[in-house]
Amino acid sequence: MSEKKCYKMLDVLCPMHVIFDRAGSINAAGPTARKIAPDDLIGKNFLDVFEIKRPREIKSIDALLERTGVRLNLRFRSAQNRQLKGVVMEGPEPGQLIVDLSFGISVVDAVSEFDLTAADFAVTDLTVEMLYLVEAKSAAMDASRQLNERLQCAREEAEQQALTDTLTGLKNRRAIDQDILAALAAREPFALMHADLDFFKAVNDTMGHAAGDHVLQEVARIMTNETREVDSVGRVGGDEFVILLKAPEDPEVIDRIARRIIEKLQTPIPFEDKLCRISGSVGSVIAGDYLNPTADQLLGDADAALYAAKHAGRGRHVFFAPHMRETSQIA
Amino acid sequence: MLAGNVSSYMHGLINRGIQRFVIDSYGEANWLAATRQAGIGFNDFEAMWTYDDAITPRVLEAVCDVLGRPYDELLEDIGTYIVSHSNVEALRRLLRFGGVTFVEFLHSLDDLPDRARLAVSDLEIPRLELMEDSAERYSLRCYSEMEGWGSLFMGVLRAMADDYGALAFLEHKGMQDGAETIEIALLEREYAAGREFELGARTA
Repeated sequence: MSEKKCYKMLDVLCPMHVIFDRAGSINAAGPTARKIAPDDLIGKNFLDVFEIKRPREIKSIDALLERTGVRLNLRFRSAQNRQLKGVVMEGPEPGQLIVDLSFGISVVDAVSEFDLTAADFAVTDLTVEMLYLVEAKSAAMDASRQLNERLQCAREEAEQQALTDTLTGLKNRRAIDQDILAALAAREPFALMHADLDFFKAVNDTMGHAAGDHVLQEVARIMTNETREVDSVGRVGGDEFVILLKAPEDPEVIDRIARRIIEKLQTPIPFEDKLCRISGSVGSVIAGDYLNPTADQLLGDADAALYAAKHAGRGRHVFFAPHMRETSQIA
Repeated sequence: MLAGNVSSYMHGLINRGIQRFVIDSYGEANWLAATRQAGIGFNDFEAMWTYDDAITPRVLEAVCDVLGRPYDELLEDIGTYIVSHSNVEALRRLLRFGGVTFVEFLHSLDDLPDRARLAVSDLEIPRLELMEDSAERYSLRCYSEMEGWGSLFMGVLRAMADDYGALAFLEHKGMQDGAETIEIALLEREYAAGREFELGARTA
């Protein structure tokens, strides 16, 4: 085969080839190899242009000859960021060496950097298909990511609109507020209790959050059991609860319910092999005591009564009295 | 009329394409009117979900009705839209990977269903077959039980010929032996400069 014919064949079959002699002098290179080389290749010494890093550093053509047919990792000495892989074989001419190069996985960046087109790769080369896949997958991933974001937003919105406290199954603040507004609008008699656990922080701190969560679930069960179906029980903060008791507005009845709840709360709650000891303080208001009650006012006054109950020593139930408003504001 | 069920569901990408076409070309109000008329119970298709096969024909029918446009024409416009509108640049690029010239691209259509599946594994599009009658005359057969894909591909081919800068005359020959057939007469391989296509360009 004539040399010219051989070069032409290699240009088509492996356009990233470089041909050099036993002295290392490059006498031909494929069109793509020339395109990506930082400088003109012809006449240069192969080992001056390329640094061969693997299988081990190769510093002579003789050493390279011992490595025919194996995968080489190499790079241009003057453009060290671009990793190449290649393979060297002896050519048909005596003393001729041919190395075929490829970008390996860095091809995606290389294509952009060198403005390569489909014509720069051999017809059988799968680079263009690989680029297609990379782009197709990015587009698909992008669509999926957008879908995920939308779902996440929808979830957050749904959580905001939810009316249930997920840990205890009780109503949440939103739901309780709605119930209070509904009761006010219907001008029904009702009472509002604001309860706060005593010593809950100690349980959480010394026995862990799992114990704390268990206690909250037990508290929820107690409050639900001690109230009727028509009443509303909600968890409105970490260890804060609001109970809306529908009629009657008899203070004695309300006090009895509150005391019973406190008593039950004081029964140690088993968790694993330990006992959690808590108590509770409760402040109450009766809607009928007001001329034109508002939800804010009732909740605020129940909170003031709760503060007074805590202040009077834990484990108590206290009804709101106007003088407490001052105290709680100062506090 | 659309009929049949090649697969049991239609990929959201296709439904989403219809939605974006209507919104970008005719405005949101027309789209909302169409979904309302179709009675599908929602207004937004998710690109990466799948939908019951029966939904797509209902939506297309409603879109035709709302816009007062014939079915074949509408589908051809959708085909043109999905490869030429700047809002859906990704598909044009993916199709351009099929070949360096328009003729190479035509030949790559045989692989299109496989290419589509490589990108999105559950995306099913009808089998396509290109017949080369001469260097200037081709025909594309589109094997789908759902009528309309042929018109859609008319639009796609028209836009892609333009993209490659080729001048081609296209004619929908209707249903022949269970396939919608499009005749393609290539008048000029390099009629205009065509649009740029860089292998390495990244879509945003």
